[in-house]
Amino acid sequence: MVAISKIATGNGHGEDSPYFDGWKAYETNPFHPIDRPDGVIQMGLAENQLCFNFIKKWVMEHPEASLCSAEGVNKFEETALFQDYHGMPEFREAVAKFMGKVRGDRVKFDPDRIVMSGGATGAHEMVAFCLADPGEAFLVPTPYYPGFDRDLRWRTGVELVPVVCESSNNFKITRAALEAAYEKAKEANLRVKGLLITNPSNPLGTILDRDTLKGIVKFINEKNIHLIGDEIYAATVFMEPEFVSISEIIEEVECNRDLIHIVYSLSKDMGFPGFRVGIVYSYNDAVVSCARKMSSFGLVSSQTQHLIATMLSDDDFVDSFIVESKEQLFKRHKYFTLSLSQVGIGSLKSNAGLFIWMDLRKLLKEKTFDAEMDLWRVIINEVKLNVSPGSSFHCDEPGWFRVCFANMDDNTMEVALLRITTFMHKHNEAMVPRKLCRRASLKLSLSRRRDDFMSQNMMSPHSPIPQSPLVRART
Amino acid sequence: MVSMSKIATGNGHGENSPYFDGWKAYETNPFHPIDRPDGVIQMGLAENQLCFEFIKKWLMEHPEASLCTAEGVNRFKETALFQDYHGMPEFRQAVAKFMGKVRGDRVKFDPDRIVMSGGATGAHEMVAFCLADPGEALLVPTPYYPGFDRDLRWRTGVELVPVICESSHNFQITRTAMEAAYEKAQEANLKVKGLLITNPSNPLGTIMDRETLKSIVKFINEKNIHLIGDEIYAATVFKDPEFVSISEVIQEVECNHDLIHIVYSLSKDVGFPGFRVGIVYSYNDAVVNCARKMSSYGLVSSQTQHLIATMLNDDDFLHNFIMESKEQLFKRHMYFTWSLSQVGIGSLKSNGGLFIWMDLRKLLKEKTFDAEMDLWRVIINEVKLNVSPGSSFHCHEPGWFRVCFANMEDNTMEVALSRIRSFILKNNESIVPRKLCRRSSLKLSLSRSLSRRMDDFMSPAGIMSPHSPLPQSPLVRART
Repeated sequence: MVAISKIATGNGHGEDSPYFDGWKAYETNPFHPIDRPDGVIQMGLAENQLCFNFIKKWVMEHPEASLCSAEGVNKFEETALFQDYHGMPEFREAVAKFMGKVRGDRVKFDPDRIVMSGGATGAHEMVAFCLADPGEAFLVPTPYYPGFDRDLRWRTGVELVPVVCESSNNFKITRAALEAAYEKAKEANLRVKGLLITNPSNPLGTILDRDTLKGIVKFINEKNIHLIGDEIYAATVFMEPEFVSISEIIEEVECNRDLIHIVYSLSKDMGFPGFRVGIVYSYNDAVVSCARKMSSFGLVSSQTQHLIATMLSDDDFVDSFIVESKEQLFKRHKYFTLSLSQVGIGSLKSNAGLFIWMDLRKLLKEKTFDAEMDLWRVIINEVKLNVSPGSSFHCDEPGWFRVCFANMDDNTMEVALLRITTFMHKHNEAMVPRKLCRRASLKLSLSRRRDDFMSQNMMSPHSPIPQSPLVRART
Repeated sequence: MVSMSKIATGNGHGENSPYFDGWKAYETNPFHPIDRPDGVIQMGLAENQLCFEFIKKWLMEHPEASLCTAEGVNRFKETALFQDYHGMPEFRQAVAKFMGKVRGDRVKFDPDRIVMSGGATGAHEMVAFCLADPGEALLVPTPYYPGFDRDLRWRTGVELVPVICESSHNFQITRTAMEAAYEKAQEANLKVKGLLITNPSNPLGTIMDRETLKSIVKFINEKNIHLIGDEIYAATVFKDPEFVSISEVIQEVECNHDLIHIVYSLSKDVGFPGFRVGIVYSYNDAVVNCARKMSSYGLVSSQTQHLIATMLNDDDFLHNFIMESKEQLFKRHMYFTWSLSQVGIGSLKSNGGLFIWMDLRKLLKEKTFDAEMDLWRVIINEVKLNVSPGSSFHCHEPGWFRVCFANMEDNTMEVALSRIRSFILKNNESIVPRKLCRRSSLKLSLSRSLSRRMDDFMSPAGIMSPHSPLPQSPLVRART
């Protein structure tokens, strides 16, 4: 028997969870409009695929962004050799500028505080290594991105303590919830080193309002614990209210800046997860210094630094991209949520992210997580959509599902909606058969509504509008 | 007071060492042929800069290798979205093929065992995380790359125990040395989980012969500990004897393949350190599986995977590149070592790597590491060359220096050699002034013979060993 490490033989990698069933179903039978029209549609991957034509156009107009074109090859050698963990100055300046623009230029970011990492995945692990010892803990509001369980804990030995947020107040992060989590950690003899918030939220798609953010900053400052703000969805805020970053709040609230750190990435905002552009931005000099040394384990490829530097240094491109991206996301979000509401499916009111937090509590056989898993298996195997059940995000209440809407083209979106509609009709048919003719007219009204999406005069999709007869039948 | 982690506040990052003085000297006053002709020449960075013209020519002929050209842009979207930690199949196939070719196609590598990492730096850390728990140990033959102290230990908590290799044996790894290190670890209550060898060696530039490798494989198999072979310099072997990889030896020696792992990278062999292409290749399925999951922390940029896949899938390019690289390294190595021998400076006989292991023991005031540091400061501050002292590589004996020769152009090499010559001549002047006229004629014959000799460098066959100065320099004789 050959001995490897405990880390290697344990399951801290997080992949032994039942949630991978959805992925397996997708991988064995992925949807393709022509080759596999009955395959599983991927709605569990938070990708931003809506702006590639825009980006490709820029790429074609700027051959100097590539090291392999006639215009760029004279920089090939120096770039291929560049392995300085400070990162290329032009890369850091471009990223700092982009981060500022995404926040409406209400704050400026210092290029010298920009540290590279292997995607946001590497950034989170790196921050945990810098701030906490094995056995110490971070507080994390629920529901949260499942990857945190691996990224923050696996090789670091750091613990996570949930800050339970409830649907009754739209999953707000309250002072009471923060204090309760802090107490719970103490009772478990865990030393709390920091609080990690994701804003805009994954999986909720909501942003934190100014007062909540101020409350959070006051809390961590009082407890003298770190605040890590994962802001990787900052540019996906497609509608009012405007995004407020931690970087803005600390200008307004008394606080020790040595406690403040931001994790950023281009994976969601730009749609470049493959390029592994992760960023740690810290207001603490010692953390910047340490993180920079650690970044050696996951630097951004200099080839990619060069591309990103050229792209994000182009002010016109950046300004136009941010506007274009918001518009595409807004349209897609509106169409999706309205269509769902037409068949009686609501979701948490949101204005950001690449997904919605769908409310299927009414469809649960009973208010349990087992019932949620049963419903999920039906969605995967019968409706043939890979969505993510709320329990995988540590949601405190069963019945919520995260559904991604920005990772597919319009046609695929139509197919997905059709499947959902069919499923809901079948589901309700079993309940109220005489509503049949009304449903047919409902289908017709769906196509007319699409034109309404061009303008912002949208009603809230928070609850189905108008109150669907299908829903009424059940309550 | 804000509290961070122990890892952050400690000095496991390894940068508090005195060796950074050389870097600082270089950074404050770097050599430039026109702007700063008296600046410090960088000879402490093991980079391969000799083949870029060759590579650039290929790039210009293959626009499809880029995602940003008309020929490649149709792959931009799918590549930008590709974050699967298995890595692109074409990337793994191309790297597996390259690794095979570098070993003369004597072995085949399975693309499904190729796992990505953040450079060799990330690869080493990842392997340590997979194989050892905090407090457990890896054996490492000295002298070794200083980065191992950080990469293998810093965030992992793993310990390193040196396997002492001595100059009297040309620093070969002996069974005795391995057993001694293993014993020492046991006495210190450290559980040994593996042995890490670097072959070709950094800093020695030598390769391990077949017998040594077999003996190593037998040793780890008997002890049931892992063998990690860092082979990142495999393609830099520019002369016979031919490189022998662990991957070949395990076909010849009885051994549990679950113990065998290779670390690879394109930073040295191809000269792409900026692209962060690190590879872990393991014969152990559980390790491949675990490493693959860990690779999420340091995947290779898909943009770079695409470039490398296109480049290394071109068989003609591969074949020609490997040959061209060897030839350039051979010429540069020969010229450098021969020129040094002309002024009485010897180095360990080597046939690989991007550096030589220079022997300056004779120049030490006394046989101590303090004297080595003194000499080093003289070399940095007076000779204005940033070289790396042997103690930074944990060499057991003072007086050795690693000097890189492949990271500069010919003119800079000439300037470096001229400074070395002046330094040696000045040093001996103070000892034996009456050799003056002989030295001037030597100087003349040096320059004449240098240019004449350069032509000799075209063929590997006609070169004598630079192991000891040739011909026996009068300067050296004066000192002994």
